[in-house]
Amino acid sequence: MISAYFVHLLILIGIYIILAISLQLAVGFTGLLNLGHIAFYCVGAYTSALLALAGFPFWFAFLSAGIMAMLFGFLLSIPTNKLKGDYLALATLGFSFVIYAVALNWTSLTRGPLGLPGIPRPSLLGFTFSNNFSFLLLTFVIALISYLLIKKIVASPFGKVLEAVRDDELATKVLGKNTFKIKSYALGISAFFAGIAGSLYAHYITFIDPSSFTLLQLIPVLCIVIIGGLASLKGTVIAAIILVLLPEPLRFIGFPSSIVGPARQIIYALLLLLILIYKPKGFSGKVELE
Amino acid sequence: MLRIKDLKKHFGGVKAVDGCEFEVRPKTITALIGPNGAGKSTVFNLASGIMKPDSGKIIFDNKNITNLRPVRISNLGISRLFQQTKLFSNLTVKENLLLALDNEDTKFWKNLFGLNKITREKEGKIKEMLKLIGLEKFENILTRDLSYGQKRLIELLRTILNPHKFLMLDEPVAGVTPKLREEIAKVLLKLKQQGETILLIEHDMGFTLGIADEVIVMEKGKVIAQGKPDEIKNNPEVLEAYLGE
Repeated sequence: MISAYFVHLLILIGIYIILAISLQLAVGFTGLLNLGHIAFYCVGAYTSALLALAGFPFWFAFLSAGIMAMLFGFLLSIPTNKLKGDYLALATLGFSFVIYAVALNWTSLTRGPLGLPGIPRPSLLGFTFSNNFSFLLLTFVIALISYLLIKKIVASPFGKVLEAVRDDELATKVLGKNTFKIKSYALGISAFFAGIAGSLYAHYITFIDPSSFTLLQLIPVLCIVIIGGLASLKGTVIAAIILVLLPEPLRFIGFPSSIVGPARQIIYALLLLLILIYKPKGFSGKVELE
Repeated sequence: MLRIKDLKKHFGGVKAVDGCEFEVRPKTITALIGPNGAGKSTVFNLASGIMKPDSGKIIFDNKNITNLRPVRISNLGISRLFQQTKLFSNLTVKENLLLALDNEDTKFWKNLFGLNKITREKEGKIKEMLKLIGLEKFENILTRDLSYGQKRLIELLRTILNPHKFLMLDEPVAGVTPKLREEIAKVLLKLKQQGETILLIEHDMGFTLGIADEVIVMEKGKVIAQGKPDEIKNNPEVLEAYLGE
């Protein structure tokens, strides 16, 4: 029983790692304070779920989830191209509300608040990841590939251009670099990985509804990014593990679930506050939070 | 090389640039001088595409570049140094300079598949330039940890390394030591000998008149005099407007 519980936590950690390192690419490396990340997660989850329920194979649904979220990322980059800081945060937040409203109200497609039940567990080359342990292995492999790919991107000269945009967009433009294209790529790639995280979530829980993709779900991901440290992938992974595990002991103290939920948010808020005061760069951040 | 024709830029009631006209000849160092608020930096901002003019024309290398975006203007060959330091503060000196060398780093797929390598040639070029200004030991230091003078020098190097036909330098020696000022003067004169064209804004008259072939004086958004440094030094209108004599 305990091991099943830990396997569940490890799967959540894997999904959160993919979500957080992809948000790190936009926020920490490119300086795009994107509060619409959870919308890409939502698009990925619904795309994958709908395709799988329509009978498409898992690999197709999974990749389509990433590609569809990426398309939304590119789409979002067009109107938000000239926005920075707080304005960009507000615009992207607005985008996440729009996606939430669509998921809630386009009932003929998403079944609205009733959600999509019966999403099949992934199946690859005749093997079905029906038990949680096999699903954990799949999540681990996908999280590892995502980590290595994002690491390769940020370590490449292209990654340095992303950081240049974060540090001084005008100076980057004056060096002849098309910052619109660069920011679109950053948002698109970031959205792709959020989309595949959404696909994993949908196929793991086997049920999704719009309530899984609200601002409340973004808070832990954003906390992981900030606490891990801006522009630090290693810090993000460590923060994801800590933040997923941190509220868990509350379950064993015997508090009712009506207290555990809000307590989780309070713990995140306190931790964030302490980090901002005593360690503004997070665990191993390269850039100080402004 | 660069022709400014009846250029105007007003901010509300302030006529920052008001019918400005001048020409920069190729292979020369031209200084744009004038009191604070004369409109010099605004002309730079207009010529590098950061601002759009209300009217007038900017011709560079026989192409009309008025209203073009900064990226396009940079890729046509204008490299610009800002008055305020605009280094990428969380990147190292080397990374800052590598960014200037070409735009291959903006090609996502090429970089993802490792096809855009930092070659020995590129590294060698950066080392050579850093040696020239005595900062070779700072290659791997984050630029935010450099002193003001060092930052200025690295930014000047970055502007020079950015592929260009024309350099626009806004106060390249502001805040640097007299020794460093001499070094920068030597670098600029060497660049001119190599056939480069430079337009610079500078308040240090000793420095400016020492290296400039031509001086353009602006006041209240207009050009009030243009000529050789000696002519400008003795121009009564300039003396009154700029030097207050």
